[in-house]
Amino acid sequence: MGAYFSEIFSGLWSLILGLSVTFKEFFRPTVTVQYPYETLKMPERYRGHIQLIADEEGNPNCIVCMMCQRACPSGCITLDGKKEEGAKKKVLTSYVLDFTKCSLCGSCVESCNFNAIEYSKEYRLAGPRKEDFIFDLLQRLEENKS
Amino acid sequence: MELTLLNVIIAVVIAIGFAALNAAYLVWAERRGAGRIQRRPGPNINGPLGLLQPPLDGIKLMAKQLIIPGGADKALFIAAPVLAMAPAIVSFVTIPFSDTIVAHNLNVGVLAIFAFASLGGISLLFAGWSSRNKYAVMSSIRAVSQAIAYEIPMLVTVITVVMIAGTMNLADLVGAQKGGIWNWNLFPFKSGLFNPLMLMSFLIFFICTLAETNRAPFDLGEAESELVAGFHTEYGSMGFGLFFMGEYANIVIGSCLTTILFLGGWDCPFGLFPGVWWFIFKIYVLIATVIWIRWTFPRTTIYGLLNLSWKILIPLSLFNLLVTAGLLKVF
Repeated sequence: MGAYFSEIFSGLWSLILGLSVTFKEFFRPTVTVQYPYETLKMPERYRGHIQLIADEEGNPNCIVCMMCQRACPSGCITLDGKKEEGAKKKVLTSYVLDFTKCSLCGSCVESCNFNAIEYSKEYRLAGPRKEDFIFDLLQRLEENKS
Repeated sequence: MELTLLNVIIAVVIAIGFAALNAAYLVWAERRGAGRIQRRPGPNINGPLGLLQPPLDGIKLMAKQLIIPGGADKALFIAAPVLAMAPAIVSFVTIPFSDTIVAHNLNVGVLAIFAFASLGGISLLFAGWSSRNKYAVMSSIRAVSQAIAYEIPMLVTVITVVMIAGTMNLADLVGAQKGGIWNWNLFPFKSGLFNPLMLMSFLIFFICTLAETNRAPFDLGEAESELVAGFHTEYGSMGFGLFFMGEYANIVIGSCLTTILFLGGWDCPFGLFPGVWWFIFKIYVLIATVIWIRWTFPRTTIYGLLNLSWKILIPLSLFNLLVTAGLLKVF
């Protein structure tokens, strides 16, 4: 008989405790982010797809040494450059990343000795077509500059 | 009050309007409240504070096709949602909101409301049985055993209250509790009736209201984690909409009854600002508690549910019935 009543009272007490928890939570601020309207700032070490780094004049740092293309285990990176008449260095003319094959391993960024590529913070990359994932990074650099 | 046809029609229209408005905006309140408790904002896109969400949901439900599954019992399948909604609407007719605002004050108001409320169980049985779906049948079996188990302690508590007031008329029941917070049936300080068990009776009645309206943590009829969606698995469109509205209308009815039986109806606690708003305020506090409970506790099991009723609520309510009867006889 004693056990019967103590069970009822302890049960009732636990229910009241539970209610007090949700009551307190009710008045605390929300923690969610309203995604399409608000976005989180990506952390420093977030690995998005790679992008080119520009120097002060807005031209790519890349000197077309081809290290990244060779380092890539999946063959995602295709780049090309040409040497102007009389110029010392090669100039980048195209840099295409095939993101459908990229596994974000980061070997390209590691292999770059000229601070020419970095991880972007871009993560909104859903698309209906395969062609949407073949990025022309040089064109992106131009767009970001303007 | 005279019972003319016009009177009745106006009362029914107001009752349907009140029930539908409440059902729509309680869904909104429920979703916002659940959001706050889970520390997210809830629906907030459509209109200011998401206030346009319920009418838009209604339009969406009405625009959908009502699919009747092959092999279903057509007549019962269509009757069930109507039967879920209708008793709740009819019950509003006899509920007094103040001593003048009542559509038709029956002498046996309590009995009438419980008679209508028991139709709700039948509608769940119809819905489950006619859907030709094994989950729906299981759910309706649960719902019926739950309805039986929880109607007993509920009615025993009601008998206790009716015995104190000596009437089944809802307006007279409130009249018997007039004169401030210490005269309400909830509190045991009533002159000539010192019964500290009334608080327990109030709790029992409130728990039974939750169970009768199939609300969490007693929503085993719905039990989406085990039975898909229970008795309304096969219902789409407004069939589902009517079940949904019926559920919320029943919550309002249950809160009204709890207010009338235990919280002194429209009686003001300390004699401040008497009027109908006290009744409204009390029912919405109770409804908010119902929503709060739903988002706090997980669903019970069917065994836990039936054990709670047969082993705890029924013996305790019967004990209080005896104690109250003894006290009434002595004093």
